[in-house]
Amino acid sequence: MNATALIAEDEPLLAAALQAELARAWPDLRVLATAGDGETALSQALALQPDLLFLDIRMPGLSGLEVAEELADAWPSGQPLPVLVFATAYDQYAVKAFEAQALDYLLKPVQAERLAVTVQRAQAALAQRRQGLDDPTLQRLRALLAAAPEPAPAHGRLRVIQASVGQTLRLVPVDEVLVLQAADKYVRVLTAQDELLVRTPLKELLARLDPEAFWPIHRGTVLRATAIERVERTEAGRLVARLRQRPEPWPVSRLHEARFRAM
Amino acid sequence: MADDTSAMANALAHPSHWQPAWRHAGWTVLGNTGIALALTVSTREGFWVNWVYSQCIGLAIWALIDLGRYALNHQGWPGPWRMSALVLAGTLAGYALGSAVGSFLLGRPLGSLMRLPEGTGGFLLLSLAAAGAATFVFTQRGLLAHARLEQAQAQQQASEAQLRLLESQLEPHMLFNTLANLRALIATDPPRAIDMLDRLNAYLRATLAASRADAQAHTLAREFERLDDYLALMAVRMGPRLRYRLNLPPELAAHPLPPLLLQPLVENAIRHGLEPAVAGGEIEVGAAQEGGALRLTVRDSGVGHDGPPQAGFGLTQVRERLQTAYGNAAQLDWRSAAGHGSQATLTLPLQTPATPRP
Repeated sequence: MNATALIAEDEPLLAAALQAELARAWPDLRVLATAGDGETALSQALALQPDLLFLDIRMPGLSGLEVAEELADAWPSGQPLPVLVFATAYDQYAVKAFEAQALDYLLKPVQAERLAVTVQRAQAALAQRRQGLDDPTLQRLRALLAAAPEPAPAHGRLRVIQASVGQTLRLVPVDEVLVLQAADKYVRVLTAQDELLVRTPLKELLARLDPEAFWPIHRGTVLRATAIERVERTEAGRLVARLRQRPEPWPVSRLHEARFRAM
Repeated sequence: MADDTSAMANALAHPSHWQPAWRHAGWTVLGNTGIALALTVSTREGFWVNWVYSQCIGLAIWALIDLGRYALNHQGWPGPWRMSALVLAGTLAGYALGSAVGSFLLGRPLGSLMRLPEGTGGFLLLSLAAAGAATFVFTQRGLLAHARLEQAQAQQQASEAQLRLLESQLEPHMLFNTLANLRALIATDPPRAIDMLDRLNAYLRATLAASRADAQAHTLAREFERLDDYLALMAVRMGPRLRYRLNLPPELAAHPLPPLLLQPLVENAIRHGLEPAVAGGEIEVGAAQEGGALRLTVRDSGVGHDGPPQAGFGLTQVRERLQTAYGNAAQLDWRSAAGHGSQATLTLPLQTPATPRP
């Protein structure tokens, strides 16, 4: 059966050009669809399950990296992840990171000779695709995200979270925080009994918290390590964390599963 | 008074103020020695006595004037009238103090200098002339050095601003993505490729010209042409996600404007407003005359942003250019709300159109 691909690129001419170049370089490849923004790319990739996914880094909605992260998380277990090829006009840092993790990328404008190399690599990768935790794409993606630079802490460690509730400013010691969860434009801050909303992005908060004390378990969720009671695998094969002082289940993304291994 | 004292203490605590002060003291000692020599030739007093008195009086006058000018003005430049008064008062007080100290050092009764046959008036006048001349020379040299320093700083600031402007205009992302689109168009739509290349050409030429200090007379008409080039390039890239309108009333077409002043604002509207919006949106750039002011607006219907503008928005750069070009007579106002787009408004003094150059 012929290999299939999905192209995520927000500039329509570039999407069409890549498709035309691919038709020459890999005539048997079937391009299932092109998506013009991150969210469409994610939903299309999940729906169509292509073998190959071309991801522009700068896209409206979700960035290429965020699509990859969400995709790895929502991808049905038991199925190998698509082979990922990132595309960028000029993201020096990202390019270095891709090279370090042996993830393929294309520089725009895409040139035929360079695309031929990508096609060869993708064909080789598809020939020896494995699934599960040893999926090489998943491993590389995990390494890539672990190596992502933390924004430098602007004002040192955070000790107190300040959240406005109506006309009042509520103060919660960081030591009492159990969960931080990104929700739309806010971050939910959960303690044993309480819930507050703050506007500071999760990434900024995380940069000012002790990385040993707070563990990211999902793209938008951070748990206090000492508050986790147990981690269980559901029937669908997913990991879920449970806290001592709160009843909700907290799904662990596949990219963060490696954190939970018996000593 | 307490403020003056602390200002003086601050000024004196600053090492850059001490260096000229010590140099002034050195010249004073040298000048005093010259006066002592002249007095030795013209009076019956020995050189040693003249030298001690000259140094005591001269240094006392120098100390009072050089310290006094920091008490009057924290930068040490109180202006000609106050400086003259300071020289007069400093000389009188310094003369009294210095002659007392000199008499003490030489073991003479206090005020013995006053009883010298030549009279006090001559010495006082001599001291006054010396102090006045020295102060004048030191002040002129100081002011000159100060002016040179300010000029050098202003030049450095201007070149840094130009460099930042150039960097922001030749943003690699914009350039390489545009080239990628151009490459795609050459194969599929050559006439459109040529149009895009012409616009890129005009855009690059204007950017390089604007980054040079000797930019030619620039008008609103030219500014809007360059914005049209830029937006047309972006429209090729973004397809139907970008719609734009440029409204320039004909009577304002010849109005002068610093080159590419609006460019960073339009780039903001694209980068922070429309690019993150999945459905894209609309940009409207307008010019209007309101009373004695020229009002330029850049509005976008993009994602918008709550709270103060972020560091990458380039507003500081625009404000710096406004300050350089118009001083405090121009304003930049930026409003934005998440989900409701953004609007930047420039208010400039209305200028009579520059006479067209031959």
